Amino acid sequence: MSKRKFVKQALSQWMNGVGPDSDVVISSRVRIARNIRSLPFPMMSDPSQSLTVMEQLLGVAENGRLNGLGKVEQVRLTELTELEKLVLVEKHLISPSLANESRNGALILSPNEDISVMINEEDHLRIQCLCSGFQVREAWDAASKIDDIFEEQVDYAFDEKHGYLTSCPTNVGTGIRASVMMHLPALVITGQINRILSAVTQVGLAVRGLYGEGSEATGNLFQVSNQITLGQSEQEIIENLFQVARQMIEHEKSARSKLLTESRTRVEDRVRRSYGILSHAIIIDSKEASQRLSDMRLGVHLGLLPEVNELVLNELLVSTQPGFLQQAFGEAMSPEDRDRSRAELIRSRLVTTS
Amino acid sequence: MQCQECDKRLATLHFTKIVNGEKTELHICESCAREKGELIPGTSSGFSIHNLLSGLLDLESPNPNSMAKPPAAKCDTCGLTYTQFSKIGRFGCSHCYKQFAERLDPLLKRVHGNTVHVGKVPKRAGGRLKTKREIDRLKKEMQGRIEREDFESAAELRDRIRELEKEMSC
Ligand SMILES: [Zn+2]
Ligand SMILES: [Zn+2]
Repeated sequence: MSKRKFVKQALSQWMNGVGPDSDVVISSRVRIARNIRSLPFPMMSDPSQSLTVMEQLLGVAENGRLNGLGKVEQVRLTELTELEKLVLVEKHLISPSLANESRNGALILSPNEDISVMINEEDHLRIQCLCSGFQVREAWDAASKIDDIFEEQVDYAFDEKHGYLTSCPTNVGTGIRASVMMHLPALVITGQINRILSAVTQVGLAVRGLYGEGSEATGNLFQVSNQITLGQSEQEIIENLFQVARQMIEHEKSARSKLLTESRTRVEDRVRRSYGILSHAIIIDSKEASQRLSDMRLGVHLGLLPEVNELVLNELLVSTQPGFLQQAFGEAMSPEDRDRSRAELIRSRLVTTS
Repeated sequence: MQCQECDKRLATLHFTKIVNGEKTELHICESCAREKGELIPGTSSGFSIHNLLSGLLDLESPNPNSMAKPPAAKCDTCGLTYTQFSKIGRFGCSHCYKQFAERLDPLLKRVHGNTVHVGKVPKRAGGRLKTKREIDRLKKEMQGRIEREDFESAAELRDRIRELEKEMSC
């Protein structure tokens, strides 16, 4: 059963490809929300209605219309264990909401996992395209093509005034959410991040950071996405995000070279300390792990860690999360066990690949 | 979505904070973030995006302006009541958008700054829209001809309208 493959590999194939500006941008994503006109949204569906939705939408994949994507995989959520669902969530292939609800949820996945189609999530249909590196335009083009294929078969809920009708009014109109996941360690270290994030939000974009208990974003990862879906065309939304992200990338890059010329020794010390800790620690929590991995990732891109392979760091960012750890080590673990297993996993990966 | 700090402006910064495995979300506006001089205000209790959205709808507090003409309290297609919508912040079906139309535009204006879609149009629904607009145009034209007592050419238009209407119903 090839669904095992999706669950077992920490890295989706699309993450292996070194996309444009991948030293700063981890991934670009576009999601399109659509609904079938004549049926209630998933929240108000009864089981027979949600089954109709699932069959109709899976049917589009079944009769080969998605052939351009290669051999797509269809997975009904009921076929998966709780742990398998958690792993798919950690790989960003399904949302926590789809994993938790029981209303005939399903998933269509392309072979390299860059396209995932969620059925009966908050909306009947959620088409998601993930690209490695900075490829937000490419992600939109790919997602829009899938949208066109579904539209040939499905009578979408669409209204002349409000556009594509979605379950949540924050998605109505275009129904698209485009985002860029960026690694911005140099902007954080040099203290420029707040000023830049403030500027970004003034042009209608939203920023998400994953915060731990300390004062820095965990792993220095920030997701910038469009806030508005109504009153702007898809092209305007994508271009706005593209231009702003472009500038953030340039700021991060110049902050990195400034770090290198002005405080090389201190940065090198920080990077190598993190490497030292990750390759020797016996216990490590997820927050420290992602911060240290972030330092190492910066080090790799500044040329300060020539012995480390960047792909291993990308993989560790995913595989050190709770679901993956539990799967790798067999059973449900206490947080303490997890911290020990996490350290063990990181140590072994850093040793065998360096 | 409203800023959780000032409750006035749109929240544009969103954070997920994880403390001891406990996940909370934080939504603040850009100027509150700047005022604090940092991006991480103190801890907050757990809440969801949709709770916040429902805060925006402000249903329970009486608003003298919008109460003058109460809108439909319930969607007659899916059965969702406006009270339910204001609690969960989600619609039950596409008809809800029509059913709660009167209260919708102020909400959309606050969330998006706009109320009218200008993007992609599905080809099939788009085709229907075009036909609908053509029928409306022809009906006006026919009315004009009837008023001018040009019954013969009005009858031609009537036949054309019937054709289009038949097309639409297929
Ligand atoms: Zn505020
Ligand atoms: Zn409804």
